[in-house]
Amino acid sequence: MSEPLLQVENLKKYYPIKSGGFGKVSETVRAVDGVSFSVQEGETLGIVGESGCGKSTTGRMIMRLIEPTEGKIVFNGKNLMDLSKGEMRKARKDIQMIFQDPFASLNPRHTVGHIIEEPMIVHKMGDRKQRQKRVEELLELVGLSAYHAGRYPHQFSGGQRQRIGIARALAVRPKVIIADEPVSALDVSVQSQVLNLLKDLQKQFNLTYIFIAHDLSVVRHISDRVGVMYLGKIVELSESENLYNHPNHPYTKALLSAVPVPDPEVKTQRIILQGDVPSPAHPPAGCTFHDRCPVAMDICSKERPHLKKLDDGRMVSCHLFH
Amino acid sequence: MSEAILKVDGLKTSFFTDDGEVPAVDGINFSVNEGEILGIVGESGCGKSVTSLSIMGLLPSPPGKIVGGHIYYKGEDISHAKESRMRKLRGNDIAMIFQEPMTSLNPVFTIGDQLIEAIRLHNHLSKQALTDRAVELLKLVGLPRAKELLNEYPHELSGGMRQRVMIAMAMSCNPKVLIADEPTTALDVTIQAQILDLMVKLNKETNTAIIMITHDLGVVAQMCNRVVVMYAGKVVEEGDVKDIFNHPKHPYTEGLIQSIPDLYGKKDKLYTIKGSVPKPGSIRQGCLFAPRCEFVMDKCKENTPELLGDSHKSRCFLHQEQA
Ligand SMILES: Nc1ncnc2c1ncn2[C@@H]1O[C@H](COP(=O)(O)OP(=O)(O)OP(=O)(O)O)[C@@H](O)[C@H]1O
Ligand SMILES: Nc1ncnc2c1ncn2[C@@H]1O[C@H](COP(=O)(O)OP(=O)(O)O)[C@@H](O)[C@H]1O
Ligand code: SF4
Ligand code: SF4
Ligand SMILES: [Mg+2]
Ligand SMILES: [Mg+2]
Repeated sequence: MSEPLLQVENLKKYYPIKSGGFGKVSETVRAVDGVSFSVQEGETLGIVGESGCGKSTTGRMIMRLIEPTEGKIVFNGKNLMDLSKGEMRKARKDIQMIFQDPFASLNPRHTVGHIIEEPMIVHKMGDRKQRQKRVEELLELVGLSAYHAGRYPHQFSGGQRQRIGIARALAVRPKVIIADEPVSALDVSVQSQVLNLLKDLQKQFNLTYIFIAHDLSVVRHISDRVGVMYLGKIVELSESENLYNHPNHPYTKALLSAVPVPDPEVKTQRIILQGDVPSPAHPPAGCTFHDRCPVAMDICSKERPHLKKLDDGRMVSCHLFH
Repeated sequence: MSEAILKVDGLKTSFFTDDGEVPAVDGINFSVNEGEILGIVGESGCGKSVTSLSIMGLLPSPPGKIVGGHIYYKGEDISHAKESRMRKLRGNDIAMIFQEPMTSLNPVFTIGDQLIEAIRLHNHLSKQALTDRAVELLKLVGLPRAKELLNEYPHELSGGMRQRVMIAMAMSCNPKVLIADEPTTALDVTIQAQILDLMVKLNKETNTAIIMITHDLGVVAQMCNRVVVMYAGKVVEEGDVKDIFNHPKHPYTEGLIQSIPDLYGKKDKLYTIKGSVPKPGSIRQGCLFAPRCEFVMDKCKENTPELLGDSHKSRCFLHQEQA
């Protein structure tokens, strides 16, 4: 296998928080707690998990929009953690991001043309005329029209605004796109348009995606491999076909079984988990899933399992597989 | 067949804004039978919430107003009932739960204060009996530590726990109909599974009819007996859940089902419906779906199709013999 284009190693983000009143000991929120994965060029790595498990924090750390507490981010053979602020800004030309809420992420006072041109100005690409020509190309590329450049974000529907966000991300010809819940705010009929667009663009430009979402079906559709996160850690990571059809980790199993399937003939055997996800400020000892795991063993509350590669290449973090 | 307990007949609800009248719900019909779970499904803005608020007498008014049609509860037209009558119905007969449980719980009162108040409104019980009933309800909705929870505040609970409390409050008066407007949309999928399970269980045990309002076809397929599909303020299809999923009649319903990515198999390309949902009132003539429909015919642009059929109805000329 060739060298991965992007590799993160033991990425962590700890937030110190003051709990309670004056003089109380401060606690630590382990938003991301030792995440490692690699992504090949042209591949899509999906990241799924429930609210608060650390997906967005992971995505933003890769671009150092959030400064990691610890860990390595190797892109094209270079550790991004070694770069100065200025160098990092330049490196972001290769790694762009698409966000969930297309409305909040587009400046309402700027024209769409300006919004798409801006990253090219930041990265000093071309002259005014060339940039404007590129804006028009990009608009067509994402299924809008050149004349839309003069309009403002509020004149567009949610799906169209997401297309604008995609055009802006593509403007500087990035290699990697980190998409954080890019279709979560969209209606199904529009969601499928945007998913198809993302796939087409990937083929056309050999883009590498990190696709973050909580919707398991969406992630399955778009991803080659999928990592499942729980409380700041990846608990299972494998090729998506494998992961969905033969989940190994008890949490992955429960998560998949909980998805309501849009077919009344299919009655899934739901594994109902008890209780809620614990606070990342107080993760349980041992396996952080042990207090909810239907098959927990004695060892699970004592020893922490690690992400281990099985014979068939799948990665699972669970004592059942050690 | 069981009796219709709630019947919505030609309901029209509009908002009167600076830009004129917005016909958010434009002549819809459906009924709910005793003890059944009816799904109302549609994309954002199609009028699902306005429908439920109209039934509950909770429309923000002004600007909202029921401008046509009737809502019958056990035969009584409640579409223009007095607030005092509605308040009585809301307590005893029809209850509602909303998408965001935080906004419907008062942050300054404990769970116990709010739950006991809800029970007290409709029951004359002693203080001890009220507390016992509150604990019983919290246990019914599967909340652990029920006694302690009574003294806790909404912010101390997770989203899933708050939604359980809301369900407990809604069930406190043994309603005949429970309207649930996107009750799990703000929740994670494993918590959603807990809540949906709970709702099905309550439906079976208490025979409360549920109107499940959602944009999620998966939730409909797994929970509902019958389905109403809404598009741009109108019902476009209605039928038994299996008929709707196995033999959808309206191109919009079919498109929606096709657009969902598959959890177990891999479709290469997803089906798409071109364009997006029209603003209410923006299409004045012909079928509302015509600009997005791949089967559109000339007559679709000129004439407005009616909702026709026996147990499986659709609003589309493809399935209607007519000139
Ligand atoms: N600035 C911060 N200070 C303290 N805790 C934080 C901060 N930012 C995030 N967290 C916590 O870190 C955890 C991970 O947050 P993150 O936003 O990465 O979750 P997520 O997986 O993207 O969730 P969602 O699906 O809701 O978007 C959460 O528990 C969150 O509350
Ligand atoms: N208070 C209001 N004022 C004006 N228009 C409203 C108001 N509430 C809802 N609408 C409009 O009514 C339509 C239906 O809304 P709603 O029932 O909330 O949709 P949904 O199906 O997503 O629940 C939408 O076009 C919405 O913009
Ligand atoms: S390590 Fe133990 S508790 Fe954790 S998932 Fe595996 S079996 Fe369950
Ligand atoms: S009436 Fe015509 S335009 Fe409307 S859904 Fe049917 S075929 Fe399509
Ligand atoms: Mg997030
Ligand atoms: Mg709504």
